[in-house]
Amino acid sequence: MAYSEKVIDHYQNPKNVGTLDKSSKTVGTGLVGAPECGDVMRLQIEVDDATGMITDAKFKTFGCGSAIASSSLATEWLKGKSIDEALTVDNMDFVEELNLPPVKIHCSVLAEDAIKAAINDYRVKNGKEAIKFEESLVH
Amino acid sequence: MLKLPIYLDNNSTTPMDPRVLEAMTPYFLNHYGNAASRNHPFGWEAEEAVDYAREQVAKLIGADPKEIIFTSGATEGDNLGIKGIYEMYASKGNHIITATTEHKAVLDTCKHIEKTGGEVTYLQVQPDGLIDLKELEAAIKPTTILIAIMYANNEIGTVMPIKEISAIARKHGVLVFTDGTQAVGKIPVDVNKDGIDLMAFTAHKMYGPKGVGALYVRRKNPRVKVTAQIDGGGHERGMRSGTLNVPGIVGFGKACEICMTDMEADNKRIVVMRDKLETELMKLEEAYINGSTEHRLPHVTNISFKHVEGEGLLMGFNKNIALSSGSACTSASLEPSYVLKALGLGDDLAHSSLRFGLSRFTKDEEIDYTIKAISETVLKLREMSPLWEMYKEGIDLSTIEWAHH
Repeated sequence: MAYSEKVIDHYQNPKNVGTLDKSSKTVGTGLVGAPECGDVMRLQIEVDDATGMITDAKFKTFGCGSAIASSSLATEWLKGKSIDEALTVDNMDFVEELNLPPVKIHCSVLAEDAIKAAINDYRVKNGKEAIKFEESLVH
Repeated sequence: MLKLPIYLDNNSTTPMDPRVLEAMTPYFLNHYGNAASRNHPFGWEAEEAVDYAREQVAKLIGADPKEIIFTSGATEGDNLGIKGIYEMYASKGNHIITATTEHKAVLDTCKHIEKTGGEVTYLQVQPDGLIDLKELEAAIKPTTILIAIMYANNEIGTVMPIKEISAIARKHGVLVFTDGTQAVGKIPVDVNKDGIDLMAFTAHKMYGPKGVGALYVRRKNPRVKVTAQIDGGGHERGMRSGTLNVPGIVGFGKACEICMTDMEADNKRIVVMRDKLETELMKLEEAYINGSTEHRLPHVTNISFKHVEGEGLLMGFNKNIALSSGSACTSASLEPSYVLKALGLGDDLAHSSLRFGLSRFTKDEEIDYTIKAISETVLKLREMSPLWEMYKEGIDLSTIEWAHH
């Protein structure tokens, strides 16, 4: 199976690899997947309390090229978005942008889940209720 | 001069030796007769070439030429050997003993037999990939007709104690089938010294062409027979009908002859390169060799690099180095290698493995390049791995509640 050029580019030059201070109240951390499944994504967002805008995003991912590319792309998309806008990112957006084949759709689902998990972590830290999401179909 | 890409996936298939191609060429254009045509020189030439190749193949494994049945490859040989015994010895019993780390061609054949009323025992292997001989003996029943254990494993290169297995089988009057695909041509295999009754093997794993293989079927002490699985003109003494692949068989014979003369010298070089590759890669933190290092093919190593996923790792260099991984991220099931899991490896380590298979054509500079490329990619991906970060922080990953999906 050949990877798309965009996946290869993200793999070779991943954007925003790193770690934010997970104990900070302005940082939301989403850790999804499991080592047994061959994919673990950690996505972190830094939110400006006053504006609700995402000012920074970082990731670390254990997984195949598509998983790395999906998380790298997620950090690019999240930066500069409001929390509300971030919630509209859908797994199919990753599939289309990265030309993921059917066997790699779970990578896009994982990226969407990581975004939601990071947002919920931020909300809970700041005294808000976690948003209940519908179960992803691909799990 | 280093030439890219580098091929280190020789357990999948080997390149053909130019000497093999040279031997085959005349049998496509000039000597194109059917080996079963008894009435003209074209047929005679073809038959003579097949007879010669049969001797070359037999000689490599210490067999009599009459004991060689040509097939399309090892998968067919596995099917014919196992199903053929199951059907031929139905009056004696219906129980077969095999192991969980066998090739799919053996495991799926056994599953097929179970569906038709046979009984199969799948022996677990020990952490080093070898079966426990006591367990094997304990599994034998009055209805046992066959023990099917591979000579050497395709993923980890572990060499099974075939001689000891066949001694146990003899004691109980049970036949021994072995899938010799990875071993024949690579290490000395002798059907008499090893006590093998049936053995499947194939040309394309020993520098020969694809699409041709053989099933060894013992003719003396005891005389073994298999029920044909392909009906037709009664070729190969009725055990495998179908027009013989003459050029392929000629190439197979030549490949066997070369293995016989070159094996020792080849292995001397190959094992030095394999050991260097392994030693250098094991200098990385949290790297683990899978399977026995004592009972192992000289050209194989299988290493897990913890906290890095195999397919992601391959992507770092697969334009330049051909390798395979025990990770199955490309398959819909997401299940990693069943062989590695059978050794007791956690899914995480199984997902993190690379399989290296060297050949007689592997060069020292290719090994140097590979060591460098893989080491760099492992380090780069670990910088990107949340698991590595947690490990470095001293977090026990097994205590984390993962969101399984």
